[in-house]
Amino acid sequence: MRAYLDAVAAGYPSTSPALVYLLGMLAFGALVVFVFILPVAGITSWVERRVWARIQSRIGPNRVGPGGFLQWLADGLKNLLKEDVIPAAVDVPMFRLAPYVVVAGFCAAFVALPFAGSLIIADLNIGILYISAITSLVVIGILMAGWSSNNKWSMLGGIRSATQIICYEIPVGLSIFPAVLLSGTLSMQGIVAAQGWAPTSWHMFHSPFAFVAFVMFFVGALAEGNRTPFDLPEADSELVAGFATEYSGMRSLLFFLAEWGNLYVIGVLVSTLFMGGWQVPHFTDNAVVLTVAQFATMFLKAYFWVFVAMWVRATLPRVRVDQFMTLCWKYMVPIGLVNVIGAATVMVLLPDGSIVLRLIMVTVAVAILVQFARRVLFHLHRADYGRLGRIGEGAA
Amino acid sequence: MSAYVGNIVDSVTSIFDGMAVTFSHFFRRPYTVQYPDRMPVRVQDALPYRYRGFLEVDLEICTGCLACERACPIDCIAIDVLKNKETKQNLLVRFDIDLAKCMYCGLCSEPCPTGSIHHTREFEGADYSLESMVRRFVLDPVETYKPKKSGEDDPAIVPILERGMRYVNEFAVPEAPPKPPKKDAAPAVKPAVGAAAAEGQP
Repeated sequence: MRAYLDAVAAGYPSTSPALVYLLGMLAFGALVVFVFILPVAGITSWVERRVWARIQSRIGPNRVGPGGFLQWLADGLKNLLKEDVIPAAVDVPMFRLAPYVVVAGFCAAFVALPFAGSLIIADLNIGILYISAITSLVVIGILMAGWSSNNKWSMLGGIRSATQIICYEIPVGLSIFPAVLLSGTLSMQGIVAAQGWAPTSWHMFHSPFAFVAFVMFFVGALAEGNRTPFDLPEADSELVAGFATEYSGMRSLLFFLAEWGNLYVIGVLVSTLFMGGWQVPHFTDNAVVLTVAQFATMFLKAYFWVFVAMWVRATLPRVRVDQFMTLCWKYMVPIGLVNVIGAATVMVLLPDGSIVLRLIMVTVAVAILVQFARRVLFHLHRADYGRLGRIGEGAA
Repeated sequence: MSAYVGNIVDSVTSIFDGMAVTFSHFFRRPYTVQYPDRMPVRVQDALPYRYRGFLEVDLEICTGCLACERACPIDCIAIDVLKNKETKQNLLVRFDIDLAKCMYCGLCSEPCPTGSIHHTREFEGADYSLESMVRRFVLDPVETYKPKKSGEDDPAIVPILERGMRYVNEFAVPEAPPKPPKKDAAPAVKPAVGAAAAEGQP
């Protein structure tokens, strides 16, 4: 990227290199936004609706395009064409600016997200720190939206969102520490490079502390992304639509775009920090093939966590504000502190990392998955007697 | 401290099981019925056989007795019968049913001596005008049906009359008939109206 812009700047000696850089950055940013971020966020909205629908024994949108796949385009088009209502009593400049701040905050996170070994917009040496800082820009947008709407519900939503981000920055930060300690770097590519493709070399299986940190990070990231069960800012049943109450048309959609896009960011962060990111076995020397494989790996891992977030949303009810605070300050923060010390202790005691400990951790994880599968089968059998035509089979 | 750990264990295990419940739904069939265009069978055919849908009149066996018109509590049936003095024949010149007014009570089909007026299982009548809901069964004046003392022998009318009488008999009994006669090809659960619905609306 840098080298390419240098070459372009050299081709136009009369223009200032700064201008070339600026234009190049804008063009590249727009490319990434339109080619990757918007489709991913849009498709996520369709996937989310389908996933919920199946969990609720429905079908979901299946009319627009194959399997309803183009629903997100139809919705986007519809929202673009809708009237952009600006209520009379709002603070107009802030009201109009807020969605852009939200979208900017979440798009900026993509700067440091690793897509593949050689695919990253900027491998900042403070990558993870930058991401956790810049995603907090979202809360400023939400607070702006809440305040400028001049509406009780919006304001409560905005304040709640701010509370949420401030509280959950701490456990999320604490659960990033073990991964950073294990990698010895804040750079996203460095963290990925410190792991391997095999699950035994992933950070989450380094020690029990790292595993707890991984779970805590996911929970905290959901809370920061305003996802159910932590969607207090837009709690439909209490606050109408929270900070988005007064918004309509495309401005309203931008908030949800950021929410769905944020899901993907969360997925990438979880897989980068704890699941080996884009690491694949070095099966070929062809750089292009390898990059594609790495990209696919990264995408699938990230999308798996997006799926889990949807699944969680369809499963768990929203927590109350006091429960939410209890969870953060009484549980996640102390456990996070213990985790950091524990992970550091393990590192001191086993400086080269114990393969035995890692194997035990992987075995435990597999056992958890097996138990999960057994529970799923149990519920399936218990619930499906009627549907499989076996109703009353064992009845007296 | 034990309560603290207990809380953590409780939430983790209950969330674990809750997630298993929702995940099991991925392996179940959705309940959604995609009416109207993606149905395994037409919804009309899936309705109970005594469903009171749109009224239909078989003019071949209508005696022009006006029993249905008198029975209708909201006067949505309009019948005009002309009497031909010379031939002693009754001429049916109008038989209109306003389906927009009709409340599908079924009172008209009970007194009908031949089962000429009967309910079908059709119910989709959405339209842009009220007038289109008025069904005009007589386009050209027809002679009314006259029962013969010796029993019906016109091969064109026999099956229609059989259907009508079956309908009347079944409508009069409070429950579904025990079993149709063996010669009847219609399935046991929906003998008469099933046949009528299969004929469909014109």
